[in-house]
Amino acid sequence: MEKLKYALFTGCTAKESTPEQLMSTYAVAEKLGIELIELTEASCCGASHLQDYDDFLSLVLNARNICYAESRGLTMVTICNTCQLNTAMTKHRLDTNPELKARVNEKLAEVGLEYKGESEITHFLYAIIDDFGLERISQMVVKPLSQFNIAPFYGCHNIRPSELAGGDNPYNPTSLDDLIIACGGENVDYEEKNKCCGFHAELQSPHTAARLTGKALMGALDQNADWMVTPCPLCHLKLDTQYDHASKAVGRDVKMPVLHMQQMLGLALGCTADELGLKHHVSDVTFV
Amino acid sequence: MTSITTQTITFKVFRFNTETDYLPAYKEYQMEVTSEEVVLDILNRIKWEFDGSFSYRRSCRHGICGACAVKVNGKGVLACKERMNDIIDSFGTELTIEPVSTKRAVKDMIVDKADFWEKHDAVKPYLVSDIDEHPKEESLVTPEQAEALLEADLCIQCGLCHYSCPAIEENDEFFGPAAFAAAYRFNADVRDEGTLERLDTVNQPGAGVWDCVKCFECAEVCPKEVNPIEKITKLHNQVFEYGRAPNNVAVRHAVGFAHSIKKHGLLDEGELVRYSEGTLGVLKHMPVALQMYKKGKIVLPWNMPQSDKLDEIKKLVKISSTVKF
Repeated sequence: MEKLKYALFTGCTAKESTPEQLMSTYAVAEKLGIELIELTEASCCGASHLQDYDDFLSLVLNARNICYAESRGLTMVTICNTCQLNTAMTKHRLDTNPELKARVNEKLAEVGLEYKGESEITHFLYAIIDDFGLERISQMVVKPLSQFNIAPFYGCHNIRPSELAGGDNPYNPTSLDDLIIACGGENVDYEEKNKCCGFHAELQSPHTAARLTGKALMGALDQNADWMVTPCPLCHLKLDTQYDHASKAVGRDVKMPVLHMQQMLGLALGCTADELGLKHHVSDVTFV
Repeated sequence: MTSITTQTITFKVFRFNTETDYLPAYKEYQMEVTSEEVVLDILNRIKWEFDGSFSYRRSCRHGICGACAVKVNGKGVLACKERMNDIIDSFGTELTIEPVSTKRAVKDMIVDKADFWEKHDAVKPYLVSDIDEHPKEESLVTPEQAEALLEADLCIQCGLCHYSCPAIEENDEFFGPAAFAAAYRFNADVRDEGTLERLDTVNQPGAGVWDCVKCFECAEVCPKEVNPIEKITKLHNQVFEYGRAPNNVAVRHAVGFAHSIKKHGLLDEGELVRYSEGTLGVLKHMPVALQMYKKGKIVLPWNMPQSDKLDEIKKLVKISSTVKF
């Protein structure tokens, strides 16, 4: 099989508050023999907030990011659910609206770029499952996670809206469950696995946000999960660093280890704790 | 033509009567379900074949009256429109049928939608206009002007988005996606004169558009493809366009992204929180920030990474910005 190669859009979080996510992405890619070319020119996607302020600016910036995947002739791979949705939504709007695309390209022309719509955009989770294949992954597992009950937390922007997402049924997603099983773990079913963590309302609506985080952690705890796993660094930040607010909001201690999807896969493939950046977690993960 | 198939399905159905029951219960009904049935057929059969007291709303049977909204395995559906085949494909042969909001259940599938209508009412979902009672010419709306409604007028008030919204679940004050879609529908109407008042309503901290958690469930669940979150974004945009944006944490949080991108290309996470909350407000985040700092999760200002070709980004921000705050 030909070596898989993608343009990696890291997003801001991987460069700042979740360094472990970037480290584990590269560690896993190396184990799987996937080549990632980092889009160092990329800007912030606006994280679903910039478009509330200036929708057109958000479109131009996201189109510019896609231009750099196009100029390399590669599919863009994202490692953040919100980056994924903002980029995919931009692509969808430009590809289905020639007039809007022309307006955006008029701006991009000023810096010598043109959005063509040639690159696909996919989250690393789906790239691994759809392009690399779960069967090959399970054959490469050297440390099966068989002693763990693992709760998948999908994150909204990778499953909704379904016409822009990676193919999961938003009411019964299975991709992350399948990856847990491929890693030898026991997947935990719980009601909140496809629900919202509250991240995007954290500053303006702290009570709502903390309640949603608390309910997600509580749901996983009540189904005997040992830890949680998520493909989204924003969900991760909320679940890993905000358990204190979350515990207060739901009236119960809901502290639980939360791993990035790449870290879980890395553990099964035999990466070390250092390679996966496990020291960067706020909730204790020394169990691994 | 595909042939009709039959499967044995077990339904766990929410049963509750506020007048006689202390707590709700889930009753099991097993039946042979054919591939051509919809969820409403199942509700009818529970009533006709098992228990005549089973209660639910239904009327048009054509996906237009919005009465028969229920949830199947957590998925909000119009019972008359949702094919059992698709439901079985998604969830298998053990299915749970519940009212759209169990906490607002009056009897079985019937819920008290008072909160839904109150919130709908609050955004004045009608044309606000001084009408000349003896007009000399028609008040014409061009096709382009009509398109600006973005089909928000297709809403049938079924309540599925409202009762699937996690922000409403946690915050009784929040207007919710259906009310916002209705507000947008009239704000986008060229004949309407109530835009500013509506914007001030949907702009309120705690209740308004800023408290949306951006989960996209309203877009996913809507049986008429109204896409309420698209209208929520449009209302945000109108708040700035009409100069109604207050200088508060939610507004600064959106504006802060533009500042940060202009400076670094990337988002300066720490600065965004400081700018949004203000120098005093940011103090409440210190305990979490300190924990994060100890784990190497906070980048200090002098180490802030930058995008390559930052000049390009700066130029694009300068020439593409359409809004001022």
